[in-house]
Amino acid sequence: MAEIPTTEEHVWTVTELNTSARHLVEGAFPDIWLEGEISNFNRYPSGHCYFSIKDEGSQIQAVMFQNHAQALDFKPVDGAKVLVHGRVSIFERAGKYQIIVQHMQEKGVGVLYQRFQELKKKLDAEGLFAPEHKKPIPAVPQEIGVITSEAGAAIHDILTVINRRFANVHVLLYPVAVQGTAAAGEIVQALENLNKYFPNLDVIILGRGGGSIEDLWPFNEEVVARAIYNSAIPVISAVGHEIDYTISDFVADLRAPTPSAAAELVVKSKEELSGRLGMLETRLANAVKYKIDVYEQRLNRLATSPVLVNPALMYAQYEQQVDWLSQRLVNAISNRVEFCLNEVKRFAQGLTALSPLAVLERGYSITTLEKTGEIVVDSAQVKKDDTITVRVRRGSIRARRIEELL
Amino acid sequence: MTEQKIDFEVSMKKLEEIVTKLEKGDTPLEKSMQLFEEGIKLAKQLSERLEANKKKIEKLTKIAPGQIETEDINE
Repeated sequence: MAEIPTTEEHVWTVTELNTSARHLVEGAFPDIWLEGEISNFNRYPSGHCYFSIKDEGSQIQAVMFQNHAQALDFKPVDGAKVLVHGRVSIFERAGKYQIIVQHMQEKGVGVLYQRFQELKKKLDAEGLFAPEHKKPIPAVPQEIGVITSEAGAAIHDILTVINRRFANVHVLLYPVAVQGTAAAGEIVQALENLNKYFPNLDVIILGRGGGSIEDLWPFNEEVVARAIYNSAIPVISAVGHEIDYTISDFVADLRAPTPSAAAELVVKSKEELSGRLGMLETRLANAVKYKIDVYEQRLNRLATSPVLVNPALMYAQYEQQVDWLSQRLVNAISNRVEFCLNEVKRFAQGLTALSPLAVLERGYSITTLEKTGEIVVDSAQVKKDDTITVRVRRGSIRARRIEELL
Repeated sequence: MTEQKIDFEVSMKKLEEIVTKLEKGDTPLEKSMQLFEEGIKLAKQLSERLEANKKKIEKLTKIAPGQIETEDINE
C-alpha cells in the first residue's frame, strides 16, 4: 500500500465517499422486505421513529419518518417481530447505514418474548416462583450486597438513596457485566461467591438500569434464575424500569420496580426508625406514668379513708354498743327494783289488814299483864290485884284485878 | 444475617411487646417498674444504634479462595 497517493489516484472526501456509498446501497436495495425484531424503539417528538431491527446474529439501524409512522396500525415495542418494507440507505452526515422503513407490520410474537414465556412457564411449574420459597427481607438490613455494573446507572441510583437515607449500612458492590454474552455467567458467579464468602450479608440487590429487551436478557437466563433461587441470602431483583419484568423478578425474594426502589425498600429512612422508636419511648413512659397514677389514686383513696384520717371512729361503734348495753342494763335494773318495791308495797298492804292495830280500830282491845308484858288470852293469867294494861284504839287503860273469878 | 442485625429487630420487637404489656396495665407495680427499666434500656440501645454512623461502601476488586480484596468507593 502506497504511503502517499500518486497524482493519478483520487483522494476522497468523507462526503464524497458517503454520497457514493449511499448511491451504491440505494441502487442495490431500492425496495426490499425485511424481517426481524424491533429493538431500542424510540419515537421522537418530531414523530420520526428510530429503532433497530435485529435477528440473533446481526442488526441494522432503522428510521421511519413521521409521514409513514403515523400510518402504523400497532404500537411497536421492543422484541416485537416485524416485517418491514423500505429502502436501504446511508445517512451521510453520520455515515450511518440504515433502512428507511415505509411500512411495518407485526409478525407474531417476538422470539425472545416467546423464549421468555416458555422459560417462565417452565420455572413456574418447577416451583421456582413459589411464595413459600421466598425469604423475608430483613427490616433493617445493615450488610447489603449489590450485584450490578460498576459503571451503570443502578449502582449510582442505589448509592444516592443510601446517602440520602439511613446511613448505618455497609454496601458491598460486586461488579459484573449486566448485558452481553458474559453477563449471565458473571451474575451467577457473583451470586455464588457472595453466598460463599460473604454469608453474613443481610440482602443482595441484583439489577441494572433500563435498556432494551436484549440488554435486559441476562436477567431472563435460566442459569441466573437458578442461582437466585439457590441463594441463601435474600435477593431483591431490580431490573430496568417499572414496566420491565424479567425472570429474575419472578424468582427473586422480592421484586423492586427500579434499583432506586430496591435501595428504598431495604434502607429504611433513619427518620422513620427514629420516629417509631420515639413513639415507643413515649408510650413506654406514659404506660408507667398511668400505672403510677392509678396506684397513687388508690393510695390517696386509702389514705383519706375515715379510718386512717380519724382512727377514733373505728371505736365509735363499739362505744355506742357499750353505751346502748349500759343503758339497757340500767333500765333492766330499774325495772326490777321498781317491780320489787311494788311487791313490797302490795305485801305491806296485806300486812296492814292483819295488824293488831287494825283490830283495835274495830273496837277490840289487847290486854297485857304489866309485870310480864304477856298478852292476856286467858283470865287465869291474871291473879287478884295484878295490874293489866288494856290497849284500845286510842290510848290505853291501866286496870287492877279486883276479884278472882272462878 | 449478622448477629447484630437479628439483635436490632429482636430488640425493637421486644420493646414493642414491653410497651404493649405495660399499656394493658395489668402487671403489678413492681413488675411494671422492671419492664419500664428494661424498655428504657432497649430504647437507649436502639437509638444509639441508629445514631451510629457506620456507613461503608466498598467495591469487590478481587475474589478467590482465601483472597478477597475490596476498595472503598463513595459518590
